[in-house]
Amino acid sequence: MNDLPPADEVKAEAKATTALERKDAVGLVTPARIPGQVLPPAGDTFLGRRITPLTRRRLDNFRTNRRGFWSLWIFLVLFVASLFAEFIANDRPLLIQYDGAFYFPVFRNYPETAFGGFLPSEADYRDPAVKQMIDEKGWIVWPVIPFGYRTITDAPGPYPAAPSRTDWLGTDDQGRDVLARLIYGFRISVLFGLALTFFSSIVGVAAGAVQGYFGGLVDLGFQRFIEIWEGLPVLYLLIILATIVEPNFWWLLGLMLLFSWTSLVGVVRAEFLRGRNFDYVRAARALGVSDPVIIFRHVLPNATVATLTFLPFILNGSITTLTSLDFLGFGLPPGSPSLGELLAQGKANLQAPWLGITAFVVLAIMLSLLIFVGEAVRDAFDPRKVVR
Amino acid sequence: MSLLEIRDLSVTFGGWRGAPPVEAVKRASFTLDRGETLALVGESGSGKSVTALSILQLLPYPSARHTPESSIRFAGEELVGGAPARLRSIRGNRIAMIFQEPMTSLNPLHTLEKQIGETLLIHKHMSGSAARARTLELLRLVGLRDAESRLGAYPHQLSGGQRQRVMIAMAIANEPDILIADEPTTALDVTIQAQILELMRDLKDRLGMALLLITHDLTIVRHMAERVCVMTQGEIVEQGRTADIFAQPQHPYTRRLLAAEPKGRVPPADPAAPVLIEGDNVKVWFPIRSGIFRRIKGYVKAVDGVSLKVRAGSTLGVVGESGSGKTTLGLALLRLLDAEGAIRFKGRDIAQERQRRLRPLRREMQVVFQDPYSSLSPRLSIAQIVGEGLRVHNLSASEAERRQLIEETLAEVGLDPAAAERYPHEFSGGQRQRIAIARALVLKPRFLVLDEPTSALDMSVQAQIVDLLRELQERYGLAYLFISHDLKVVRALSHEILVMKDGEIVESGSTERVMTAPEHPYTRALMAAAFDLAAVPAQ
Repeated sequence: MNDLPPADEVKAEAKATTALERKDAVGLVTPARIPGQVLPPAGDTFLGRRITPLTRRRLDNFRTNRRGFWSLWIFLVLFVASLFAEFIANDRPLLIQYDGAFYFPVFRNYPETAFGGFLPSEADYRDPAVKQMIDEKGWIVWPVIPFGYRTITDAPGPYPAAPSRTDWLGTDDQGRDVLARLIYGFRISVLFGLALTFFSSIVGVAAGAVQGYFGGLVDLGFQRFIEIWEGLPVLYLLIILATIVEPNFWWLLGLMLLFSWTSLVGVVRAEFLRGRNFDYVRAARALGVSDPVIIFRHVLPNATVATLTFLPFILNGSITTLTSLDFLGFGLPPGSPSLGELLAQGKANLQAPWLGITAFVVLAIMLSLLIFVGEAVRDAFDPRKVVR
Repeated sequence: MSLLEIRDLSVTFGGWRGAPPVEAVKRASFTLDRGETLALVGESGSGKSVTALSILQLLPYPSARHTPESSIRFAGEELVGGAPARLRSIRGNRIAMIFQEPMTSLNPLHTLEKQIGETLLIHKHMSGSAARARTLELLRLVGLRDAESRLGAYPHQLSGGQRQRVMIAMAIANEPDILIADEPTTALDVTIQAQILELMRDLKDRLGMALLLITHDLTIVRHMAERVCVMTQGEIVEQGRTADIFAQPQHPYTRRLLAAEPKGRVPPADPAAPVLIEGDNVKVWFPIRSGIFRRIKGYVKAVDGVSLKVRAGSTLGVVGESGSGKTTLGLALLRLLDAEGAIRFKGRDIAQERQRRLRPLRREMQVVFQDPYSSLSPRLSIAQIVGEGLRVHNLSASEAERRQLIEETLAEVGLDPAAAERYPHEFSGGQRQRIAIARALVLKPRFLVLDEPTSALDMSVQAQIVDLLRELQERYGLAYLFISHDLKVVRALSHEILVMKDGEIVESGSTERVMTAPEHPYTRALMAAAFDLAAVPAQ
């Protein structure tokens, strides 16, 4: 926490430059060549990379916003944990010791015969007979939650079953453990959101860059196209398209990408319109540098700030879109763990409040965390924000 | 007792969380009497503006702090740590201030009447027709023409000089005892500058104000101030009567400052050298479009029929005020802007050449821009910035060779080759300008357009850059097109001069001839304003 130097260092560094300027100004008047000239001390580093005082200031600003800083950590912990969902909630044991040998059902499939059964098909570790066979000659290590997102639990009906000692958050209307589905659902939501954000940033930045850099007719035409494109009723189109193809993760991503890329175009275009008139861009043109190189090397870095500021909010929007599609039943294929589907179940089963409440709380926490992070990022990049 | 007495004034910034505090002003002491003009002179970062702001207690407290022994007494009253209500009644009323940038110090959403009326309302409780009459009187006093019809004007409808006049009108509205002028003319053209200074001198005499003039320009000090304080690194190192200090500077810093004005002349150039670049009737017109069909209604004639010749190894200085088209001309010659007419580089007409075919020529014609802070990409290291041209033109066979070329060039412009791995923000203005020159020079060009390369720099750094440019010209036989509004620098660097006004050439000829015996009235006005600060009524 305290390994970073305080924010005031930025000011001090700025002053150091003036001090140096004075040296340049006063100390060395006549010679055009300055032998043994004193250079300012080398900059500091972050994650092993050298950074400018500006970046340092932004990092410090971000850190000073404690709500955003902690939100980022909580979100990262939750997300990383959900990436290892198979080790937390699974209907296969983590480790089996049977007859002196070790088995790893999480990673590999073993036939029932390996444990002395009769069926050559994969062992069903939740089957009491299989459990008993293994227990006789060894032991089993189960994950914390011994259910996958498709596992029908042992909870006595009728479904949805209320929370109990085995199903901590109860089961859904098909007898599947809500907590297990939640963990997988969280993962798929965030992954989907990240993927959509990533691809729509690439497309959006490219489109904005071309518009802003070349300007003129290209800009005019492109802008009109985007206005029309944004006017399309996205949800209806997605519903229609979802009836034509059987949507899976990648199909949905592609369909939503068609409409989500426009969100960044405006800011990036504005940055490029500003950036193409900078002196160093002119200097690059005077050097004979070609347009694509100018765009990537000289102007694009200016647009990254605007883009980064927007990313958490776009991520939030992507997750919400996926959830609402799932809620309507046009999202991920049936059976997939999904927060939207859980919400829909909660709505259909008002007598089982744990469904609706769970889905609501998880969504609210996830979206709030991301908004807090987004706020902190936005403030960190705000040049008028002063750290105290 | 003096009107304003400053004793042991210190200002410290920052100093939290273990970071060392920055002492912007260190124990400064001076006095200001009624009807006197005192100049605070120093280079950027010397603490002169901070001193001025602390008189009005306008610093960002509490991040700025004064030491307990700091004292600012105005007519016997202590201002340091004064009650906010008391300070407000002094600010703008008994002590008024004019800022450097007239573009941003007026509220763009208010008319002149409202802006000036505000000070009257606050301090004199004057409103309605009385305020209107007083506003008109003030505007006439500061010499704004057609004052009556300008009352409803917004700041964007005025020129820079007119805006500065309005600022002065606001400052003197309550007949203050002290007028603090913080670089009041730095953002203005020379002829306007002379007029504004003239006006300030006149008003000071008429209203019996004391004038505290903050500037970096020694010519202004010499013409305006009776006494002068020289500041450097937060300290007043010398103060006394202006004439004495200019005649016999005591402190080494003052001596260096006085010696730093660009001096000397260029060694004569070979008049028979081949013509490197030649413009014949060059025109850059920007169309003005209006209406639904964007029909062209007229043109802004930025450059209108300019012909010029630059010979190898010589410098052509282009002089003119802002808006005269000198930068546009430079960019047009490099084909960074489209232009009409003929532009011949080494005999080849490049005026209509396609950009792709120009690329090989870019190696031989380069440009250095005015502002060293915006002309270097902040995200690239010095090696990347200087090496970019080498990469584009495939001038180096290997990474090692490129590296060597970069380091040689950095040494050539007087920088430590170890600077290559650093980023622009780590360098001062003068060093950055050297980097910009290195970027152009590494390609071994024949022709360099220098667009006000010294304007953004402190005086002594200016002199160094001028020396460097002169040395490089001699060594490589470079041809320069030197664009500047600063006639002193132009005189120190150019063989020939071209005076531009409104996109046209007013006068041209050898530097000596134009400087000593200008023929055109505009040139004469320009010279008078620049060297003697004499205001000549604009035509």
